[in-house]
Amino acid sequence: MPAIITPNKTEQERKRRVEDHDNGAGRRPPTDKRTGGGGDNDNWNERPHGRRGPYERLHRYRMGIFFALASDLMFFVAIVSTFFVNQSTGHFDAYNHYVNEWLPTTIPPILWLNTVVLLLSSGTIEFARRNMFRETDVMDEWLGLGKPITRRALPWLSATIGLGVLFLTGQWIAWRQLARQHVFFKTNQSSHFFYLITGVHAIHLFLGIAALLAAFTGLYVSRQLENRQILVDGAAWYWHAMGLLWLFLFTLLVFFQ
Amino acid sequence: MIWSRFTSAATQLPWSLPADASAHGPALDHHLLLNLWIALALLALAHLILFTGLLARRHSAPNHLWRIEYLPLAALALLFATLTVKAERLWAAARYTGASPTALQVEATGVQFAWYFRYPGPDATFGLTHPNLVAPGEGNPLGVDPKDPHSADDHVSSQLVLPANREVDLRLNAQDVIHGFSIPEMRLKQNAVPGQTIHLHFTPTTPGTYAILCTQLCGLGHYRMNATLRILPPDQFANWLATQQKAAQ
Amino acid sequence: MTPHSNVPPTRSHGPRKLTPKPHPILSRIFSTDHRTIGIQYLILALVSVIIGTTLSLLMRIHLVWPDWPLPLHGLILPEDYLALVTIHGTVMLFFVLTTAPQAGFGNLILPAQIGARTMAFPGLNAASFWLTAIALITLLCSTFAPGGAAISGWTAYPPLSAVPSAGPGQALGMDLWLASIALFAIASTASSINTLTTILRNRCPGMTWERLPLTVWGWFTAALLSIIAFSVLLAAILLLFCDRHAGTSFFLPNGDLVNGVLHQGGNGSPLLWLHLFWFFGHPEVYIAILPGMGLTSMLLANFSHRRVFAYRTMIVTTLLIGLLGILLWGHHMFVAGLNPFASSAFSISTMAIALPAAAKVLSWLATTWRSRPSYKTPMLFALGFVSLFITGGLTGPILAQPILDEYLHNTFFVVAHFHLIMAMAGIFGLYAATYYWFPLLTATRSHPGRLLSEPLGHLHFWCTLIGAYAVFLPMHLTGLAGEPRHYAQLTGIPGPGGSLSPAGALLSHTLPLNRFITYAAFFLAAGQLLFLINLARTLYKGNFASSNPWQATTLEWHPTMNPFTPSSASDTSEISVHRMPCHYQSNKVEISFLPQWAPVSFAQGEIANATDSKPE
Ligand code: HEA
Ligand code: HEA
Ligand code: CUA
Ligand SMILES: [Cu+2]
Repeated sequence: MPAIITPNKTEQERKRRVEDHDNGAGRRPPTDKRTGGGGDNDNWNERPHGRRGPYERLHRYRMGIFFALASDLMFFVAIVSTFFVNQSTGHFDAYNHYVNEWLPTTIPPILWLNTVVLLLSSGTIEFARRNMFRETDVMDEWLGLGKPITRRALPWLSATIGLGVLFLTGQWIAWRQLARQHVFFKTNQSSHFFYLITGVHAIHLFLGIAALLAAFTGLYVSRQLENRQILVDGAAWYWHAMGLLWLFLFTLLVFFQ
Repeated sequence: MIWSRFTSAATQLPWSLPADASAHGPALDHHLLLNLWIALALLALAHLILFTGLLARRHSAPNHLWRIEYLPLAALALLFATLTVKAERLWAAARYTGASPTALQVEATGVQFAWYFRYPGPDATFGLTHPNLVAPGEGNPLGVDPKDPHSADDHVSSQLVLPANREVDLRLNAQDVIHGFSIPEMRLKQNAVPGQTIHLHFTPTTPGTYAILCTQLCGLGHYRMNATLRILPPDQFANWLATQQKAAQ
Repeated sequence: MTPHSNVPPTRSHGPRKLTPKPHPILSRIFSTDHRTIGIQYLILALVSVIIGTTLSLLMRIHLVWPDWPLPLHGLILPEDYLALVTIHGTVMLFFVLTTAPQAGFGNLILPAQIGARTMAFPGLNAASFWLTAIALITLLCSTFAPGGAAISGWTAYPPLSAVPSAGPGQALGMDLWLASIALFAIASTASSINTLTTILRNRCPGMTWERLPLTVWGWFTAALLSIIAFSVLLAAILLLFCDRHAGTSFFLPNGDLVNGVLHQGGNGSPLLWLHLFWFFGHPEVYIAILPGMGLTSMLLANFSHRRVFAYRTMIVTTLLIGLLGILLWGHHMFVAGLNPFASSAFSISTMAIALPAAAKVLSWLATTWRSRPSYKTPMLFALGFVSLFITGGLTGPILAQPILDEYLHNTFFVVAHFHLIMAMAGIFGLYAATYYWFPLLTATRSHPGRLLSEPLGHLHFWCTLIGAYAVFLPMHLTGLAGEPRHYAQLTGIPGPGGSLSPAGALLSHTLPLNRFITYAAFFLAAGQLLFLINLARTLYKGNFASSNPWQATTLEWHPTMNPFTPSSASDTSEISVHRMPCHYQSNKVEISFLPQWAPVSFAQGEIANATDSKPE
């Protein structure tokens, strides 16, 4: 067990944000690992790494995003189950023959490229995210030695935004290509789903890019390190989830139509 | 026995179950009444316990956990399991299998806001229908295709007429929205879903005139989307069918 | 027990200084303070319940006196009746029974009960409320839409709801209805994310999972169900919207001919909507009742001065009801065209849920058993909840048997079932919460909270209980007699030759009983005026309450949780929890209680061992 730095009396009596159980973003180094009460009568020192003291608020936001993503997952599960139901439904035609008119939509090849782009962007955002938590940099910032974190994370974040826009452009090109072959949203059952799934996913990516832009401005504007960490971390997890979801949806569109 | 006493007592009340006129009805009624009496008994028992507990003098908190927690639960589990098994048996008898091949073929179609019934005629095959051909004003509310050889002898009626004591194989369709085909006196209810044909089989027993209702909200005329079921003795039914067929040709 | 007085006790400190804000009124309206938001939710629910009740009375009037002209409107046409049913069901279920217990009291009480000073995401919280308010306004606007309000019930089955040509109200009215529910779904999801994170992250030291009050478990499970269920509803609404406006046919079958308009080319399935809707719809009704169940457990223990019987089992059954609740949506579709084998499977899972529910009932009975409770109004409403839950719940397993549902589906038997267990039990839970927590709702920085009048409360309770049973018990009978739901009229359905058709005869049979139900509904609604009078009177000049008027043990009654506190909240040291809730001890002469926040005292620990195990 690591040594516990017992806070001295003056520090204990300073004004604290009780609701946050003191998130440590104030005067003490943000990497400090102290014990504290996190419910369940537990000792933070006994918790796994990264689950201690100062990251309270970060973890709260992360948890919120995870719940939101769980809910979002159900949204897509509903759409995908509709996909399977619709795919297997046919009807009786005028001659009493059972017909299933499902005509799979050919996937524009550019989607493969887009997938690679999205995967790359997941990598870049992960670098940005990790850079937010490098301990030496965090200490430097806290000591007032410039903004090394921002310096390190910004290029990765910008790259992610670029790749995200590239992906959306790629999707748009894919829709245009389909439209040139006269496959529209209305055309047939499988095109309903192709446009619906890619479209809804694209809306999610728009929101993701908005979050990345917010993180981007946050890196410039916010003086509190913790806020910046939260912004980048939240955007990153959301972005990862959208990447994963795309893999799943893309597999569905390519192999299960 | 006791149950039949309860049953007959209950049917005399002005708001009781409508009379039953189908072969599977008595078993259903019996099971329903059994359920109702059990629910009533549990209701009374639970309230009795509640009131006794409230009125009695204060006593220490109960703490024999297994006896008052798990024993009643086990008893209730047994009770509900028995009811489930009984109900599933009846359900299986009614729905798991299709009608016998000799059953009378009838088709019922729900349209906002009427029921139409179609008899296949001597060839025992329904003619094809086509939504493009639907023309209620011209006497073809179901869109029967005149080019189909099977449709010539089909006969469409706004009244459902059935012989007593013969199994009926009813195919349910809907043209526009979901309707609910329900004959309370036959203890029968099944939604008619557009794009789907659902088979339903039952055997009417008692001749008489009964109500056919729509029990799935289908628009403003939902409440007046009803029809009449006439159950005739077999010989009268044969006469009726013959006259209808003659009129159709 | 409670020192009543009309003079606010003097505070030891002066009023806390407020940090200056630019727009005092705006910042109070668009507050991110969870207590303010909770009150806002309750006001929204109160407005909704008044609207919903008025609509239900109009429905009842029209059912028995179809020729009565509604002032300023004229005759109630069939489509008006269906619009009434639809808006009544939607307003009551979504905007009353989902908002008030879960979001309203969830904001007002939940943080305090786990020893947190705020919700996890105050901004998100305010956003959820305003989204809910916009959803309500959208719904109310839909009644004025050209072409009328939506008429397809709260379940909105397509193709009726998918095709604007299907009848009045299915054009703009339906669009607004769908938009309203979509907004509501988003708002509820956001507020549930907030609730879950708050419970998981903001508990005070010592608040272990086991020590969480059962109310918190109710909110927790309901929030879990919300994030699972509402997004499925949202997806279904999106698909339906595409069907209506983008030419798709997810729910439209091939060759569907509605009112002369032919829909060709689609291969959708209306049953798919039923699956998606009920996957949401069934959890939704449990969302409405779970907080009430938790509260009932806590109140029965509080006023009986007992521990909750089988506390751990109660936690497990709450979660179990939530879990099973997601698995049995098909019991609304026994006769909707499901495969009969699927019906059997859903039937069995539905029967299974009767067991955790019965375990809850047993715990309630055992908690009050020979306890000589004090009959304060909140206790009465909690007991009423138990009674109504049993009465309404016992018809559940009857409906859950497909062969019986084949007769009972969409009759007033179902209406009776869900009004007793959901509407009435839910309302009783709400009233219990209101009477119980009123001091916390009304406490401000300048004066302590007020208590609602007990005599008026008792009268209100008896009127509501008698009214509830008088309205909804006879509905079982009209349902058994065959009266279907959603029937705009029971009389005057002509048959051939001007005579009464068999259908008309069947339905008019139930008229005498229906008249009685209508009278009883008026009595029930009039009884609610007592509550409104009590509310108005108390807000104006009610008795002030002490800081813990009910000798409660849970944290929301901790002196510093109250806004009227001697010292400001952030100055006090952190609250910590030392034991499970409802720690009561009784010996022959007196009853003592040990709040969750009180540090263990040696002497009382010994009393616990010495008493309460031996009778008398
Ligand atoms: C919470 C839910 C709720 C509540 C309270 C009610 C209350 C009432 N309902 Fe309703 N009802 C529904 C939910 C509810 N209903 C639903 C979901 C449907 C189905 C809709 C559909 O098919 O689409 C329905 C349908 C329905 C029908 C069927 C119509 C039909 O199918 O033809 C009828 C008919 O009599 C009816 C009547 C009544 C009556 C007389 C009351 C009376 O009890 C009203 C008296 C009112 C009260 C007792 C409430 C007082 C409460 C408060 C004042 C709360 C205080 C608030 C706070 C403390 C914040 N309702
Ligand atoms: C809060 C809301 C709520 C709750 C809790 C329930 C609880 C239950 N419901 Fe209900 N239900 C609705 C709200 C609710 N329902 C609504 C709104 C509808 C209609 C929707 C619509 O169509 O518009 C509906 C419709 C509905 C149907 C469909 C009917 C139909 O349309 O044909 C079915 C069928 O299975 C059903 C079953 C059940 C069951 C088995 C329970 C069980 O959970 C009940 C469990 C409780 C008990 C079993 C009582 C326990 C007590 C005892 C066992 C006593 C113990 C005795 C002693 C100790 C002596 N419900
Ligand atoms: Cu057809 Cu209701
Ligand atoms: Cu249900």
